[in-house]
Amino acid sequence: MSSETKQILTTDGIPLEVSLKKAEKKNKIKAFLLVAPLLLFIIITYVFPIGDMLMRSVDDKMVTEMLPKTFKSMEKWDGQELPPEEVFEAFYFDFQKLIEEEREGKLSTQLNYTKNGFKSIIKKLRRKSKSFEEGNYKEQIMSVHRRWADVEYWRAIKRRAPAYTYQKYLKGIDMYENEKGDIINVPEDRRVHRILWMRTLEIAFFVTVFCFLMAYPIAHLLATLPMKYSNLLMICVLLPFWTSLLVRTASWMILLQQQGIVNDFFVMIGLVSDDNRLEMMFNKTGSYVAMTQILLPFMVLPLYSVMKTISPSLMRAGKSLGGTPFVAFWKVYFPLTIPGIGAGCLLVFILAIGYYITPALVGGASGTLISNQIAFHMKSTLDWSFASAMGLMLLSGVLVIYWLYNKLVGIDNIKLG
Amino acid sequence: MALPKYTEPHYRIWHYVYLTICTAVFFFLVAPLFVIFPLSFNAEEFLVFSDGMKRLDPDAFSLRWYQDMIYGTKNPWGLAAKNSFIIAIFATIGSVILGTVAALGLSSRHMPYKGLIMAVLISPMIVPLIISGVAIFFFMAKVGLAATHTGIVLAHIILGTPFVVITVTATLSGFDHSVTRAAASLGSDPVNTFMKITLPLILPGVISGGLFAFVTSFDEVVVVLFLAGLENTTIPIQMWTGLREQLSPTILAVATCLIILSTLILVTAELLRRRSERLRGINR
Repeated sequence: MSSETKQILTTDGIPLEVSLKKAEKKNKIKAFLLVAPLLLFIIITYVFPIGDMLMRSVDDKMVTEMLPKTFKSMEKWDGQELPPEEVFEAFYFDFQKLIEEEREGKLSTQLNYTKNGFKSIIKKLRRKSKSFEEGNYKEQIMSVHRRWADVEYWRAIKRRAPAYTYQKYLKGIDMYENEKGDIINVPEDRRVHRILWMRTLEIAFFVTVFCFLMAYPIAHLLATLPMKYSNLLMICVLLPFWTSLLVRTASWMILLQQQGIVNDFFVMIGLVSDDNRLEMMFNKTGSYVAMTQILLPFMVLPLYSVMKTISPSLMRAGKSLGGTPFVAFWKVYFPLTIPGIGAGCLLVFILAIGYYITPALVGGASGTLISNQIAFHMKSTLDWSFASAMGLMLLSGVLVIYWLYNKLVGIDNIKLG
Repeated sequence: MALPKYTEPHYRIWHYVYLTICTAVFFFLVAPLFVIFPLSFNAEEFLVFSDGMKRLDPDAFSLRWYQDMIYGTKNPWGLAAKNSFIIAIFATIGSVILGTVAALGLSSRHMPYKGLIMAVLISPMIVPLIISGVAIFFFMAKVGLAATHTGIVLAHIILGTPFVVITVTATLSGFDHSVTRAAASLGSDPVNTFMKITLPLILPGVISGGLFAFVTSFDEVVVVLFLAGLENTTIPIQMWTGLREQLSPTILAVATCLIILSTLILVTAELLRRRSERLRGINR
């Protein structure tokens, strides 16, 4: 039937369907062209650099490029016994080139990361190799130091052959790859990163819980009060929201210090004695209190915007059907606010997990988070590839929550203010 | 919220408990900000209320820290304030232009891959700042823009555009597209239509997005810490250094000024929001 119906034509004689499709396509391109400048800008200055971080975190070309001949000759070596003469010869020539370029120090640092003990034997090799004779490099190198005759050290060199490595990621969770290629935990007393990850999760989780417990009643109050009062109270939520993060952190530093007002108050009501004031700053308590207050508006606003849409007659209906106010609340009101709870909790959790400034200022040593560790490696140890690896581990966690948020709430449903 | 007369006693009690909890939370939210205010007028160098201040003795108060902020020797605040304003203004202009244009495209129903693109555009707001800082630093170092105003402005445009995109798309969601079609049918070209019809209608959203972008830039410290050299110091950087080294009352004077600034911005943003809701006919 349909194939026989007459096609509808536009005035130009083109079938309507084709013409519509063309117009549709034109509109699509138009819309896309509007978005293109920002999209390109974000991709070039933001998305690619994050990709660059990924490259940096797995990049291990340094040693690969320093010992090209050695690694080539090592390809055939099975790593069971000492490598053959050709490996020693290749290593000798690579090493001479590095001495010319004055880069042998870098090599020793790098190899020392893989196995302790390289620093001294490379220094020694450098001195002795000046008087090396041509031929039979294996004997000559092995005679420099007994470690050069130890197959373990040659295996360690071989392990640096690949241009890419996931060592930094292992380090981020306190693990490493030993000589045999097994992945094992670092000794118990040196597991610093796992503690940090756990602490970051713990603080983010509890800050989210505290924020929820505090935000729910006031969001409810704001949503049920008459406009006149709620607008005024809303200012109390929005003022901290708009105030500089550093200002708010500064005020907590003043409040929580040992001679601060909170301690004064505790002394006044007799909770603690004057010479036994509480230490609330430079530890976890500081991080908890300050972060909860700073992130509270991010929980109140989504809750409020959801509660605002719930009709008060629903609660009345619940009560008139025989429910006590508590039952009506629990069975009717609370389930309706779940979208707001989800949005608020995910938002606060995402923000808390990446917090940097506040923990750095009031957290002290026991209240710092993973972000602080990343900053430390960026600024102090200059181990940028490790900082990148840690950053990406954190990022992947955040992206999972972001994805969840998108599924549950929808990115375009984020509301501000 | 008055209770009806027939409320049973235990619900009455519960109601007052609830109000007390709410009051406590509001106090927790706002009170910390008000500690800064009186202490910034402290005549002494310590960050505690002196006995004189508790007695409201006029001699215990002074403006010396405000003087120090403005006229103090070797004082970084002047340069920092200048830099902060320059950077924030340019970052706001950039964010508003890029963000508004993108929002126009995004709110078109013909836009392909809307969800994915939106997720990418919003990502700088969601990704932890420290990661943004590291990534942007790598980029700026590569193109030679580290420790320049341009580099910082670009970085702040990245961080500011999500806010503009969100507020403007929200404003556009209630936008009646037939008015632009009417303009087009009357012979107006798209640019003219945008300037004369669309922009005036979405202006509240654009301005409030701009305010967000401004505050984001003005308050941003993590990314600037990676990017700034000595010449590009900003108010947040100076505060950060000051808070880390020694908490001096001068910082409180600066903080008081910042609180006043944020109050002004808040009032503007609120007025705009209400105006925008009125224009869109959403009267809650």
